[in-house]
Formats: sequence, C-alpha cells, structure tokens
Amino acid sequence: MHANVHVIGDAAGQANFKALHDPFWVRWSLVGVAVGFIVLFLCVPLGLVLYQAFSKGWQAYWTALAQPDAIAAMQLTLVVALITVPLNTVFGVAAAWAITRFEFWGKSLLTTLIDLPFSVSPVISGLIFVLMFGAQGWFGQWFSAHDIKVIFAVPGIVLATIFITFPFVARELIPLMQEMGSEEEEAALSLGASGWKTFFLVTLPNIKWALLYGVLLCNARAMGEFGAVSVVSGHIRGVTNTLPLHVEVSYNDYDVIGAFSSASILAGLAIVTLVLKSFLEWKQARV
Amino acid sequence: MTQSNIMPGFRPALAYTLFYLCLVVLIPLSTLVFKSLQLSWTDYLEIISNTRVVSSFRVSFGTSLIAALVAGLFGFVIAWVLVRYPFPGKRFLDALIDLPFALPTAVAGVILATIFQPSGLLGKWLMSSFGVQVAYKPLGIVVALIFIGIPFVVRTIEPVLQEFDTTMEEAASSLGATRLQVFTQVIFPNIFPALLTGVSLAFARGVGEYGSVIFIAGNLPYVSEIVPLLIITKLEQYQYAGATAIALTMLLVSFLLLLIVNLLQLWARRRSGQI
Repeated sequence: MHANVHVIGDAAGQANFKALHDPFWVRWSLVGVAVGFIVLFLCVPLGLVLYQAFSKGWQAYWTALAQPDAIAAMQLTLVVALITVPLNTVFGVAAAWAITRFEFWGKSLLTTLIDLPFSVSPVISGLIFVLMFGAQGWFGQWFSAHDIKVIFAVPGIVLATIFITFPFVARELIPLMQEMGSEEEEAALSLGASGWKTFFLVTLPNIKWALLYGVLLCNARAMGEFGAVSVVSGHIRGVTNTLPLHVEVSYNDYDVIGAFSSASILAGLAIVTLVLKSFLEWKQARV
Repeated sequence: MTQSNIMPGFRPALAYTLFYLCLVVLIPLSTLVFKSLQLSWTDYLEIISNTRVVSSFRVSFGTSLIAALVAGLFGFVIAWVLVRYPFPGKRFLDALIDLPFALPTAVAGVILATIFQPSGLLGKWLMSSFGVQVAYKPLGIVVALIFIGIPFVVRTIEPVLQEFDTTMEEAASSLGATRLQVFTQVIFPNIFPALLTGVSLAFARGVGEYGSVIFIAGNLPYVSEIVPLLIITKLEQYQYAGATAIALTMLLVSFLLLLIVNLLQLWARRRSGQI
C-alpha cells in the first residue's frame, strides 16, 4: 500500500500526495481514541477481575475456590462442555461434508437454519426447553411420570448449551471446505482409497486448524453460557450451578471474593481462548 | 461445483445433519410457535400491550440502538486505526478486540457493574466530575451493550478496509480531491455497507443480551427492565403463555428489523456501485 502511494506521489507531485495521508494530528488523535477505548473498556475490566479476586490475599482466593459449591460448579461446567463440544463437532463435520461436497435442493435454506441459534436470544433458547420439558411442557408429564428430571437438572443445562453452541463448528468449516473444493478428495477416491480413509488422510489434514478453531469457540461459549443456562438451571447450589451461575449467585450474596475468584477462572479461560485463537488464525493463514 | 459421483457419504451425512438439526434446534424452537398458537388473539394483545411489557420493549430496543450506534462510531475508529496506522502494540490490541466474544457474559456483567457502581473505579469519578450515575440506570445497559457490540463492528469493517482498493483514493487525489473529500466521498461510501452490517449485528445481539446487562441495569420495572429479564420473571411466576408471547414478539420484531437493515444494505451497496 505504501509503495503505491509513493509512486503516485512522485508522479503526480506533492499536492496530491497530501490527499493520500491523514494529517499528523488526525492520525494521533484517532490512535489516542482507539487505544484509550480499548484500554478503558477491555484492559481495565480484565485487570479488575484479578484485583477484586485477590483483594483479600491468596489465602482468601484459594479458600473461595476450594468451597464445595465452587468445585461442584467447575465440575458441572466441565461435564457440560465435555458432552456438548464433541456432539456439535461431529454435527459440524457432517453438515460441512453434506453442504460443501454435494448439490441438493434446499441447501441454502439448510445453511441459514444452521445459523439460526445465533439470532435467538439466550433467554429464549432456555425458554424453549422449559416449554418442552417443564412441568406444563410437551414431554413434561411423560418425563415426570418416569422420574426423569430435565429442567432444573443437568440434562436441561446440556440441551440448552448444545442449542446455543450449535453453529460454531459448522460455521468455521463450511466456507473453508467450499473454498478448498473437492479435487484432492476425488483424486484419492479415484485411486481406490475408501471414504473414511479419504476423510482422515486428505480432508482432515486440510481442515484441522479451522476445525480446532471452531471447537475452541464452541468450548468457550459452552463453558461461559449464562442466559440460556440460567433459565433451565434453577440455581440449585452445588447441583445445577455452572461456574457462570456460581459467579452470579456469589455476587448477589455480596460474596465479592467468591464471585471474582470464579470469575478469574472464566477470565483466564477467555484469555487462553484468545491466545489459542490468534495462534490458530496464524496457522490457518500459512496452510 | 459440479456434482461428483464418486464422493461417498452423502446420504448418511445429510441424514444426520437433518436429524440433529431437527432434534436440537427446530423442534425446540417450534414449541414457541405452538405454545403461542394456544393463545387467543385478544389474550396475546392484552399481554403485549401491558405497560410494563411495552416499557421493557422500549428499554431493550432503545438502549440497543444507542449502544449499537456508539459501538459503530468507536468500532469504525478502532478498525481504521488497526488497519491503516502502524504503531507499537497493535497486534496485542487487535487480539484483545475479541475479548467480549470470549469472556462469559456473567463475568462481563459483574465487572462492569463493579467499575461503574457509584463507589466503583469509574463510577465514582463520573459521579463527582459530571454528576452522572451509570450503574443501575438505563445508561448502564447502554454501557454493557457497547462492550458487547464493539467486536461485531470492528470485525465486520476490518476485512473490508483491508481489501479496500487504494487506487481509488489515488485516482480521487490525482483529480484534485482534498483528504477530507477522499474520505467522505470515496472511502466512507465503500465502507458504509460493512458499517451498517456491523451496527445491525451489534444491535441484534444487544436486544437479546442478558448476562452482561442484568448486573449493571438495576432492573427497575418500567425504567431499566429489559425484555429478556421480563421473560424470566414471567417464567418464575409460571406464566408460560405470557413468557412465550413476549419471546415470540421479540423474535419477530428482531427479524423484521434485520430484514429492513438487509434492504438498506442492498440500497447502500447499489448506491456505492458494489453490485
């Protein structure tokens, strides 16, 4: 970009050169506004989590995290992510394979429907599962007759999280596999490789970074989801509180250390996610 | 892409995709429609025209609109600076933009409430210097939604700015345009459709947002109660029909607004000659 600017500048003279660059004061005031905004809105909040979490020292921090309720919340969050992420990953790969490797009627509608959960408010995402499985819901009576709890129990939390994180993997894979085309796979198949062999040896190595990227975002959202889970969980301490819900409950109880120690774990997760994300973007750009 | 006959797995892949989509997304979402069909038209109108419900819609859509516009302004400046100017620490700041995507909304909520409450880091300063209280007021909702909306704007504008053909700027300047003219008449019209997309994404997300808002909002009925919170309140009172009617209305209004934005965008693209 800069090289072009100089060539034109030389050819057309100094007067025109000016119109291609922002004046010095504009440049630095814009940088000032942008950096100021990012520091105030993004850096300060991150720092504040740690400041609040450690405001009564290490001891209080660890005691808060070692509470049975906090540990139960962490375990539940892990369990939910461990169920949700693999299911949505398998779906994402299957959907991307069907959509990018074949032509069929209704394909663009299907692609639109896959994105649907993104445009639904988290609270509504929770509500629909209450309508299905709640006491007055479609299947509520059958489930309560068989003594299976879905709402205000772990299955409801898992279902709502699956709904919320449904599009993540498919959404990363579809554009990439579309762009890649299927020549390499066709070559492998015509040389006699089986379908699964072609997928694992040809497709997977090509999509692995995008796949991991989708899995990463899916996991971050699965562990951090609040609105949808809050509707179906019932906030039973030590039983149906995920880590974000534990933050809420502790905060509402004025338990600052409890809330912010758990929040610091989730903020750490967010930072790890961002670092890995930058790494995967860099890897993907080099493929 | 031509149809290839040797690619395997079409039937199982599509069958599984459709099965899982129906099971996890479509059937659950259809409950919203079926449940509201049980309501008579007059019942529905009565629920929706309730002043507390109307106020919550005004609060949700109003604060989301203001926040999306502010995020649009700052997001544009940030994207511009990140794409066009070299300065130290740029890569780090660029990666940090996605923080609101990655940070669980409940964490964002408690942090923002702590910072902006009257005794908080910024809250105290804003109160003593300007007499402005942010937390527990509609302004607090706006602040939370700006936080949530900023990455949508930056990440939509960035790629368009990166791919912007600078020869257009050069052409304009060699025809004697000033820098301001180049910006307002060449660059901005080309970036505008992306800006519109970013702002509408931020707006759509803001309307449905719950976690980051409820801690800072104060949740006072008629004043700072958002629609998602009202849905939860109705559910807690076992008013399933009321919750469903409000939820369906919110979804329909959001879809309608997105449709209008898409049409606007088409118009903006046509006007700037991108189609």
